[in-house]
Amino acid sequence: MTSRVEGREKVTGAARYAYEYPVEGAVYAAAVQASVGKGEIRWVDHDSARAMPGVLDVLSCENAPRLEDASNAELAVFQSRTVAYRGQFAAAVVAETLETAVEGARRLHVEYAEEEPDTRLRDDHPGLYRPEKVNAGFPPDTLKGDPDGAFSSSAVRMDATYTTPAEHNNAMEPHTTVAYWDKDGSLVLYDSNQGASAVQSTLARLFGLDPERVRVVSPHVGGGFGSKGSPRPSAVLAAMAARAVGRPVKFAVPRQQMFATTGYRTPTVQRIRLGADADGRLNAIAHEVFEQTSTVREFVEQTATPTRTMYRAEHRRTSHRVVALDVPTPSWMRAPGETPGMYALESAMDELAVATGVDPIELRVRNDTGTEPESGLPFSSRNLVACLREGAERFGWDRRDPAPGVRRVGRKLLGTGVAATTYPAYQSPGKAVARAEPDGTFTVRIAAADIGTGARTALGLIAAETLKADLDAVRIELGDSAHPAAPVAGGSSGTASWGTAVVLACEALRGRLNGDVPPDGIEASADSAEALKRREDYARHAFGAQFAEVEVDADTGEVRVPRMLGVFAAGRIINPTTARSQFVGGMTMGIGMALMEESVMDREFGDYLNRDLAQYHVPSCADVRSVEAVWIEEIDPHLNPMGSKGIGEIGIVGAAAAIANAVHHATGVRVRDLPITPARLLPRL
Amino acid sequence: MDSEPVHADVALTVNGTGHRLRVDTRSSLLDVLRERLGLTGSKKGCDHGQCGACTVLLDGRRANACLALAVAHDGAEIVTVEGLADGGRLSPLQEAFIENDAFQCGYCTPGQLCSATAVLEEARRGWPSAVTADVSRDPFLDDEEIRERMSGNLCRCGAYVGIVAAVRDAAGEPNRAARDPGAVAERIGSARGGEASRP
Repeated sequence: MTSRVEGREKVTGAARYAYEYPVEGAVYAAAVQASVGKGEIRWVDHDSARAMPGVLDVLSCENAPRLEDASNAELAVFQSRTVAYRGQFAAAVVAETLETAVEGARRLHVEYAEEEPDTRLRDDHPGLYRPEKVNAGFPPDTLKGDPDGAFSSSAVRMDATYTTPAEHNNAMEPHTTVAYWDKDGSLVLYDSNQGASAVQSTLARLFGLDPERVRVVSPHVGGGFGSKGSPRPSAVLAAMAARAVGRPVKFAVPRQQMFATTGYRTPTVQRIRLGADADGRLNAIAHEVFEQTSTVREFVEQTATPTRTMYRAEHRRTSHRVVALDVPTPSWMRAPGETPGMYALESAMDELAVATGVDPIELRVRNDTGTEPESGLPFSSRNLVACLREGAERFGWDRRDPAPGVRRVGRKLLGTGVAATTYPAYQSPGKAVARAEPDGTFTVRIAAADIGTGARTALGLIAAETLKADLDAVRIELGDSAHPAAPVAGGSSGTASWGTAVVLACEALRGRLNGDVPPDGIEASADSAEALKRREDYARHAFGAQFAEVEVDADTGEVRVPRMLGVFAAGRIINPTTARSQFVGGMTMGIGMALMEESVMDREFGDYLNRDLAQYHVPSCADVRSVEAVWIEEIDPHLNPMGSKGIGEIGIVGAAAAIANAVHHATGVRVRDLPITPARLLPRL
Repeated sequence: MDSEPVHADVALTVNGTGHRLRVDTRSSLLDVLRERLGLTGSKKGCDHGQCGACTVLLDGRRANACLALAVAHDGAEIVTVEGLADGGRLSPLQEAFIENDAFQCGYCTPGQLCSATAVLEEARRGWPSAVTADVSRDPFLDDEEIRERMSGNLCRCGAYVGIVAAVRDAAGEPNRAARDPGAVAERIGSARGGEASRP
C-alpha cells in the first residue's frame, strides 16, 4: 500500500506538464481546421492573418517545409492540398501571444474545392474490405470447423447485432507540445505523450534527423488512454512552427480540435451468433465486426479478438471488415478491441443465459476452457471462474431473482448484471540503467511514462525489491527520451515491460556491488529483448468479472449505477493503492461507455458534432457511486520477473456489458446500441 | 486598426502576493496565471468552463479561471493550488487526496482541491445544494452532497471514489458535529457502512 511518489507535487501544483515548462522567448501557435468534409485547398490567404500585429508567421500547404518522411499521412501536416476529413489541420498561425494566435487563426481565410464526404459507417457499405491485419498485428479473420452449419443445428440459437458509437479519449490534459530547435539543429520537445522514445523516433524520421538529435521530455502527463500512444499531428505542427519562426513554439490542441485531430475509438457494428445446447454449452461462436478508418491511414480495431480467447466451442469464426471513410483517423482508446468486443460478446452471453434459463455466472463457468480455443495454447494462468465465484459471493448474487423487469421501488426499476472481462498480458522489450550512488541511494533511469498509472511508484517498488533497498533510497527517473529507450505506456504492458528491464538492470548492478561505492557511482544497464525471446509459448491474459447494480427511472429512462464490483485476476499486483485506482478508473470509464459517451458524426459535413465536454459527456462525480475493485491472488511463473499482468485497461472491459445486462434485468428491455440513453430506453419501457 | 490588441492595467493578489501587470483585455485569468505569472498549477483542460481543471478561489469563492477575463478582476484576491498549503504543511484536503489516492494523472487535481476547499467553506456557511433535502438546516456533507458539489470538476482517470473519500475525511469533525447528533450518526452509518462491509 504505497501512495504515489509524486503525490505531493501533484497536490501542490508543482508537477509540471508539457506546456508548463518555462522556455525563454516562447511564442504561440493556433491551428486552423479544414471546414469541408472532403476536397482540396485552393488557396490560403496568408496575408489575412499575417497583417495582424504580433503575428509572426502562417504555415499551410502553401509554404510548409517538406517533411523527410510523409508516409504516415496523418502526421504529414501541411504536406498536401487534399482535405481528407473535416477538422484536419489546414493551417497554423504563430504569434507573440496566445490571444493573437487564436485571433489570427480565426481570421485566416482558406478557400476549398469541396466534394461530398462519405461519412456513414454501415455493415453493407460497398467500400468494406478485409484488412491485411488488425491492430496489434492480429489476423483479421479466423475460422475453425463449420460455424454456420453448427449454428443452424444448435438447440439454442442467439443471433444479435450490437453497435457501439465513436468515443473520444478526452484525457484532461490536451495534447500539448513546446518545441524548440537548438542552434546545432537538434529538436527539443516538451510533449504530452505515453512514450518519449516513440515520439523521439517518429519525429526524427519526419524531420530527417538522427534520433539522438531529438529530445523528448515528458515527466508528467495528464492522461492519455491511448490517444497519446503515438505522436499526433499537433507535435509535428509545433516542431514545424518552431523551425519556421526560429523560436520556441507552444501548442496546446484546444478541446474542440481534439475531436478531429487526436484520435478516437471507431464506431462498431458487431453481429454475434451463439449456438448452444439446451444447457448452454456452446457449439458455435461467430463474431463479425464492421468498423471505420480514415482515408489517410488504416487503423483497424481488433474488436473480435477477445472472442478468440474467451469460451470453448468447436465451431467458430471471427472477422473484421473496415471501410475507409472521409472521417477523422481513429486510433487507440483504452483497451482497443476488448472494450467494444467484450461489450458485444458478454451481452450476447447474457442473452443466451436468458434464452437457456441458465444462470449467467454458471453459463460462463460451463463454457470455461483450459486452453485458448483458437491458438490451442495453454493459458499461463486463467482464473475467470475464480473471479466469477468470488464476485458472486461479495456481490450477493445468490439472492438474485433472474426474472427481468420485476423489481420496482417507487419510480425505480432495479436490476443487477454480470459480465466477464479479459485483457492480454502483453510485454515489449526495453532498456534501463541502474546506478548506485555514493550516498547509498540508487537511481534508475528508463524512458517510461507515468500518465497517471503510478508507474513511477510501481517501478520504484520493483527496483527497491530487486536491490533489497528501501523505496526511499530509490529514485526513478522517467519521461525523457534521453533515458534508455522504452516502449510506450500502452496495451497495459508498461509495468511488465519496463519492470523487466528495471529488474535486469538492478540485478546486474547488484552483481557489481561489493562494499563501498566510488565517488562517481556504479552503473549497470540492461536490455530485456533476449529474455523476452526465451519465453515459452503460452496464452497470457488477465481475466475478471464485472458486476453492476442499476436503478432505472421508469418515468424518465435515466439509468443510475449505485454499485459496481470488479474482481480481477491479473498476476501479482505490484502496488495495491495505485492498482485499485487503475481498476476503479477503468470501471468508471465503463459507466461512461454504457450510459453517456457518444460522438455523433455529422453525416452531411463530416467530423463529429459534439466537440466539447458539455456535449460529449464523461462521468462526473455524481454519476459514480460505489465502485469497488478487488483481486484474487494469482501466481503465474510464465510472465516476467515480477509475475505481473497489465491492469490499466481490463477495468473498462466488460463494464458496459455488466451495466447493459443489469438494465435488461431491471427493465426487460435489451438495448443493443450504446450508450443506453433515456432516448433509447424510455420509448421501450 | 481593429486587430490591434487592447491592454489594461490590473492589480491582482495571488496567494497573498500582489502583482501589477498590463494585460491583453482578451486574456483569461487562467492564461494570466499560467503564462504571465508562471503559476502553472491551475490547469487548462477545456478553456470553456466545462471541466473545472482551472478552478481557483476568486475573492473567496470558487470560479473557473478560464471563464474569467483578467481585466474584469482588477483588485481581486485569488488563491490557486499553489496557495493551499501553509508553507511546507499541506492542507488537510491535500493530505486526504494523497491518503485516498484521489488522483491518477493529477491534471484535474488542482481544480478538484480548490473546488473542495470551497465546498467545505460553503457547507460551513450553511449553503444548500441541489440535493440538500432540508434547506432550513445546516447541510451535512454526506457522500451524496459531496458528489453533487464536486460535479463541476471532471476527472477522466475516474478517481471520484477517492475524491469523495478525501473530501469526506477532510470535512472531519466539524462536519460530523452537525446539529442533530442522532440523525448525523445515522447518516454516517449509511454513508460508510456500505463500503466498510465490503473490503
